[in-house]
Amino acid sequence: MSAGQSRFGYVFVSGYTLLLVAFGLLPTLYALFLSFTRNGVFVGFDNFVRVFNDYRFLPAVGHVALYVVFWLISLIVLVVVLAIVVHGIRVRWLGDTARFLFYIPGAIAGASSVLLWLFVLDPSVSPVSALLRAMGYESLVNVVAVGNLPVVFTVIAFWAGAGGWIVIMYGALNNISADIMEAARIDGAGALQVAWHIQLPMLTKWISYMGIMSLAAGTQLFVEPKVLAQATKNVVPEDYSLNQLAYLYAFRQGDFSGSAAISVMLLVVALGLSTIFIFRGKLFERD
Amino acid sequence: MSQHSSFRRRATRLITSGAVVATGLLVLSACSTGAEEGGDSEYGFAAAEQVADSPITVWVDASREPAVTAFQEAYPDIDVVLETYDGNAGGSGSFQSKISLMDQAGDGWPDVVFSTQQNDAIWASKDTPNGEAGFAAPLNKGFIEQDFLDGFAAGSLDYATIDDTVYGLRNDLAQTVFYYNQKLLDEFGYEVPTTWEEYAELGDQLAAEHPGYILGSMGDSFMTYVYYGGSESPVFQSPEAGVFHSDTSDENAQKISEIIDGMLENGTLVQDSFFSAEFAANYADKLVGVPGPVWYTGAIFQGGLATPAGEIGVAPPLSWEGGDVAAGNVGGGIWYASRHSENLEAVKTFLEFVTSADEFQVEASSGYPAYTSAAEKWLDKQAEAGYFVNDDFKTVMSDAANQIWSGWNVTPWSPETAWAKVVIPGMAEGETVVSLLPAWQTELENEATVNGYTVE
Repeated sequence: MSAGQSRFGYVFVSGYTLLLVAFGLLPTLYALFLSFTRNGVFVGFDNFVRVFNDYRFLPAVGHVALYVVFWLISLIVLVVVLAIVVHGIRVRWLGDTARFLFYIPGAIAGASSVLLWLFVLDPSVSPVSALLRAMGYESLVNVVAVGNLPVVFTVIAFWAGAGGWIVIMYGALNNISADIMEAARIDGAGALQVAWHIQLPMLTKWISYMGIMSLAAGTQLFVEPKVLAQATKNVVPEDYSLNQLAYLYAFRQGDFSGSAAISVMLLVVALGLSTIFIFRGKLFERD
Repeated sequence: MSQHSSFRRRATRLITSGAVVATGLLVLSACSTGAEEGGDSEYGFAAAEQVADSPITVWVDASREPAVTAFQEAYPDIDVVLETYDGNAGGSGSFQSKISLMDQAGDGWPDVVFSTQQNDAIWASKDTPNGEAGFAAPLNKGFIEQDFLDGFAAGSLDYATIDDTVYGLRNDLAQTVFYYNQKLLDEFGYEVPTTWEEYAELGDQLAAEHPGYILGSMGDSFMTYVYYGGSESPVFQSPEAGVFHSDTSDENAQKISEIIDGMLENGTLVQDSFFSAEFAANYADKLVGVPGPVWYTGAIFQGGLATPAGEIGVAPPLSWEGGDVAAGNVGGGIWYASRHSENLEAVKTFLEFVTSADEFQVEASSGYPAYTSAAEKWLDKQAEAGYFVNDDFKTVMSDAANQIWSGWNVTPWSPETAWAKVVIPGMAEGETVVSLLPAWQTELENEATVNGYTVE
């Protein structure tokens, strides 16, 4: 690489770096500052203790944890399986169409996709109301009962987010050298064996990348319950997820320190889990 | 590595970190621009520097849009920016959340806000966590003339009054009465119930003889005010500032819950929201009677259900057998002015118009105006249209306004959220309200604690 090229490298990353600092790093530092102070005075772990003892905190942790488990497992399993299946389709137009169809919902932005699901989930207007009624749900209130929410949010998130990942995995599969695939086939490996012994191991990095990104998005669950809470007039509780609780702390109770404490806890947990993904998924290892 | 390239790398690093610091400073300085406050003025509070003819931003819910439209027609010279939001309905708290954001940013406040809730003055009058004055402008310290304020129905400004300072103007009154459909009652040969016991008996009779006809719905969380406030159940009380009391095991709360359970069971109470399309489609001609606030007149009967004139009558609020008549209070929106407004003259004109002028309160508003002169004309209008079957509906409605039970209070949080979170899903699962009462009370008490109240 010449000196000129490496200088351009800096130019390319500078935009991202500036935004990262302005909207990622500085807010994080500000949150750290807020979480250990109250009205500018250092208070140690007081804010964390107060938030932890809030009757809404542990239920919110439970809700988010359950959702993240549902969402990550379904995402990883289904996306990988679907990508391998689509990749295995020999008919070109069929494969292209499938990828296109998977991708479309991803084009609808967060809140509006939830609005769309509001209609799907309400038996009185849903195009699949027969299915909902067959499952014993007579009204929207039944469908969005707190016990069902992890599944509901998983379905919404999968629908909106999986398509993009399928396309990425598809690209990753394309990257696997044709020689290896051919060698495997000559050795007599069937499609399943190829998938299990060759494609999956070579996708590990991508899968852990998807895991990290989705974990970060999943723990920050906010838009879905917020829109549903608004639409159902709080039948979906406004304190369902941790981020909603942080929002209530800041903008209902005017307690920005407590809000920051929740955010910092989320950050620590997400960082910890991401570290596991990074090292288990060999994300930083060079080929 | 040559000396040259290492120097260059260091220089680049220096430039990058310089840029980072500069951005950081920019961001920080953008955050710390506070609102500039003018001196203590004729308004009775530290107003922002006034900018003549500047536009005013008004937040209303969808039902109050006609107020803004009417104002724009009457005052084409005043520039109004209309923004619709959920009106804080169901205790959503969006009014407070949005304002907190703006308080934090020190910029961007609307000039006038309409809220369907009664408790906003509690937070909007308080200083922000940053120690700056709260959002709501004091209205009776020189901003709006006492003469005008005296025109509101007695007690109607109480919710928005804190320590003798008025922070909001009441849009409409919201005392409960009992609405009945005379046509259906005649057809079935029933009498108008006057007590909760008779209401329950009517439910049993109706379910047995005319299944499919109903006496109300539990689908909205404001039913807390109608059934628990209206039955004198001590569920939501704040006997003094900072103290909260709730007792769902009280006899009245138990009795009214049993009545609700019985009527849910026999189908005379349904679970669709009054404002849902299904309710209008399924029950427009099936609603025999219902306890509800006076704004049902426009919002439900003349609105969603489109019941023709000459069918509906208004009776006094239901009471317990041998007990006093007590009305619940279900909302009655409140208009707030922003202390940060740069065009207080326009704000004042706007507030006075929307609360008292005929163009909105009499012609276009669905509720019973809180401003007395407008209320009289509104009642006359209903009488002229012959909407109600009973001639004494005016006295019934105005009497009920004075019978609102004082044992139901307002606090910084809404009683509706706990009901929506605990009771509505429980009912939908088929659990009885009686069995949900302890969980409801626990949720209410938890909310009280979170808001810094002592539970007694």
